[in-house]
Amino acid sequence: MTLADARLGELLTIRQVGGQGGFRRRLLELGLLPGTQVTVKSVAPLGDPIELLVRGASLSIRKQEAATVSVTVDLKGQFRSGSP
Amino acid sequence: MTMAWPNAVSVEVPQKPRPPVILLAGNPNTGKTTLFNALSGEAARVGNYPGITVERRSASINVQNPNGSQEKADLVDLPGAYSLSARSPEEKITLEAILGLASNPVPSLVVLVVDAGQLARNFYLLLQIMELSVPTVVAINMIDEVSSPPSMPELSRCLGVTCVATNARKKIGITELRKAIDQALSSGTPPSINLDYPASLLGELGKIADALPESWQLTESRRRPMALWALTSIGDDELRDIPSELRLACENMRIVRNDHDLDLEIVHTRYAWIEDCLRHAQNKGLSNPPKRLMSERIDRVLLHPVLGFLAFALVTIILFQALFIGADPLIHLIEIGVSACQSVVVHYLPSGWPRDLLVKGIIGGVGNVVVFLPQIALLFAIIGFLEDSGYMSRVAFLIDRVMRLLGLHGRAFVPMISGFACAVPAIMATRTLERQRDRLLTMLVVPLMTCSARLPVYTLIIGALFPPSRLGGWLPLQGTLMVGLYGFAIVATLGAAWVLGRTVVKARRVPLILELPPYRLPHLRSIARMVVSRSGDFLREAGTIILLCTIVLWALLSFPRAPVHNGPAASAMVTHVAQSAQQLPGNARPQSDAERAAETKPIIERSPGAWIGRTLEPVLKPLGFDWRIGVGLVGSFAAREVFVSTMALVYGISDNDTGAEVPLRERMRVERKKDGSRPYSPLVGASLLAFFAIACQCSSTLAVIRRETRTWRWPAFLFAYTGILAWLTSFAIYQGGRLIGLS
Repeated sequence: MTLADARLGELLTIRQVGGQGGFRRRLLELGLLPGTQVTVKSVAPLGDPIELLVRGASLSIRKQEAATVSVTVDLKGQFRSGSP
Repeated sequence: MTMAWPNAVSVEVPQKPRPPVILLAGNPNTGKTTLFNALSGEAARVGNYPGITVERRSASINVQNPNGSQEKADLVDLPGAYSLSARSPEEKITLEAILGLASNPVPSLVVLVVDAGQLARNFYLLLQIMELSVPTVVAINMIDEVSSPPSMPELSRCLGVTCVATNARKKIGITELRKAIDQALSSGTPPSINLDYPASLLGELGKIADALPESWQLTESRRRPMALWALTSIGDDELRDIPSELRLACENMRIVRNDHDLDLEIVHTRYAWIEDCLRHAQNKGLSNPPKRLMSERIDRVLLHPVLGFLAFALVTIILFQALFIGADPLIHLIEIGVSACQSVVVHYLPSGWPRDLLVKGIIGGVGNVVVFLPQIALLFAIIGFLEDSGYMSRVAFLIDRVMRLLGLHGRAFVPMISGFACAVPAIMATRTLERQRDRLLTMLVVPLMTCSARLPVYTLIIGALFPPSRLGGWLPLQGTLMVGLYGFAIVATLGAAWVLGRTVVKARRVPLILELPPYRLPHLRSIARMVVSRSGDFLREAGTIILLCTIVLWALLSFPRAPVHNGPAASAMVTHVAQSAQQLPGNARPQSDAERAAETKPIIERSPGAWIGRTLEPVLKPLGFDWRIGVGLVGSFAAREVFVSTMALVYGISDNDTGAEVPLRERMRVERKKDGSRPYSPLVGASLLAFFAIACQCSSTLAVIRRETRTWRWPAFLFAYTGILAWLTSFAIYQGGRLIGLS
């Protein structure tokens, strides 16, 4: 499963950051490392991009790139503010 | 007693030593600029980084020597960055400034501004700077936003650099930060950290370190971090000045070690160190939950599929209203002021060309410059609010889907939409875009938007040359044309963006990474400061060019001198910038003008402007334009709406049939050639409208692009491409219309 098809609010763990080159490096540098917890917080009204909550920050990337990040579901339910 | 400034030691400097340079670095949205203002307290100097048109803001601040005496230091506000690794020249600025490369001065100290709620991610940049052994002080900013702040002594001990808690908006912690800066400047000990990179990685890194260019003058301790920088920056980049050996070394390393995920190894090692450090500092400095919950609640409305777009539409309408209507009273006031100055001068000075130069060239030219200020100030105030509150990122988030079709970032929306008011502030607003290429592309297409200066021209042409009839019996022709022109402008802008983005300013597609910071109350003083600085910048840099243009255009249409008693129409010329056709001069005094007409006729017909108009006629004829329109086009360079008054002038002077002053609109409607045909048929009108819609014959726009790009190349390109496109479009309309039997 990738970030692009994750459901809103699901608590996810990053397994692998695919893609390549500079963009992948930038995602890693922003803290999207394997093992990091992430949630898809919202989807833009026009369907793209999506908003992620990672390490307490809101980051937005496009679905095309989100599809390169594979994740597994941790536990269902709303991601609460203040979680690590 | 000698000073112990890190850069002044042991070097004998014959002249006055340069003040130490302190760099302010940090991620975007950390309140860096607010902290810059809090530290400097005075107006910043705005310049550019060497070789690139990225704004370099700096200010002189007082620092204290160990012996207690005051000394000046240069505080430089670096562009926001998440990391030192760079793919583009503008991203490389941070590294170059920190290392003192590319004719940047070698800094004595870096003050890293950190968002207290985002320590881990912010420390990534800190770590990179510390690896380069640059003396550093950390400002843990927006400390009020975290519920249980980490202990500063503990954090300082873990990191090995001094950390100070600050709240730049409330000016809390600034004194402590200054003290830390003074101390770091006098001690000057660079941090030294050693990360546990995998041994296999380090083993191969030597080859890259060997390929690092001599010109970077790296000390031994900087070779390894720079080799890491090269490895994580080079390849898939747009960097200039990277020696080919270095490129090759990085490529080789990736090939040799292709069984390893090098990027992940490097980034992972750094984050492991950061997490370890934060574990020791007890508290991770999490964002204050109530604050973030509030942000989430606001987003639930502002990013809602329906409500979000309503709010977005509302913001767009406010932007429009402010630029069109809000700025209007001020613009009007400026115009009244300018004409009052002109009347005073006219009243007290004897007539003659020096007076005309003063009145029409200089005072009129200053008016032409100042008249932009209300819109510029308002637009930047609005941008300041949008940026500071965090809504600008949401605008980008909402509209990205549309803007990316043009190969532009969502942030380009505000400059684009401002183009409907005026291209000049819109072009200045492109500074909110990070990539040079995006800025350039936006600048090159925004002048195609229907700016408000085109409206008087459209009103004149549509009113004069098109009958107030209804299409199909119900659709009013004139109104439809006006709406059509707006539609045409949007299509032309989008089309030009699409084409230019794939040709002239082609660049590799850069995926979007957009941070949506929590909503914050805008900081009014910072916004006011920015508005003043932008306006001053415009006056100084673009204003002089615009003033010069106005004087040249005045001269073009005013020499050789006419007999002394030239008519009122002549004196009402070029300077009457915002006059519409209906208010044109001379209505009041019909009889005397007929007499004057004969004498004054030669003025404009013999002027260089008319000569240009006539010279251009062979080029303009296929579009259906005569020399008079040519003169009007020359005049419209001062400002598009001047076309109207220049045309009136052309008619006011060369009027030789009825002798009655008819409003210009009437005049153009009834004008007949010798053979009885209309020189200004609706077909000519359509051709002229298309020409005005596309051609960038606006000296102010060209001047402001020259200011923003620091070269005449791009204004020249814009002028040429819009000119050619306008000619071709008008040609197609006029000749096509004739082919199907329109006259």
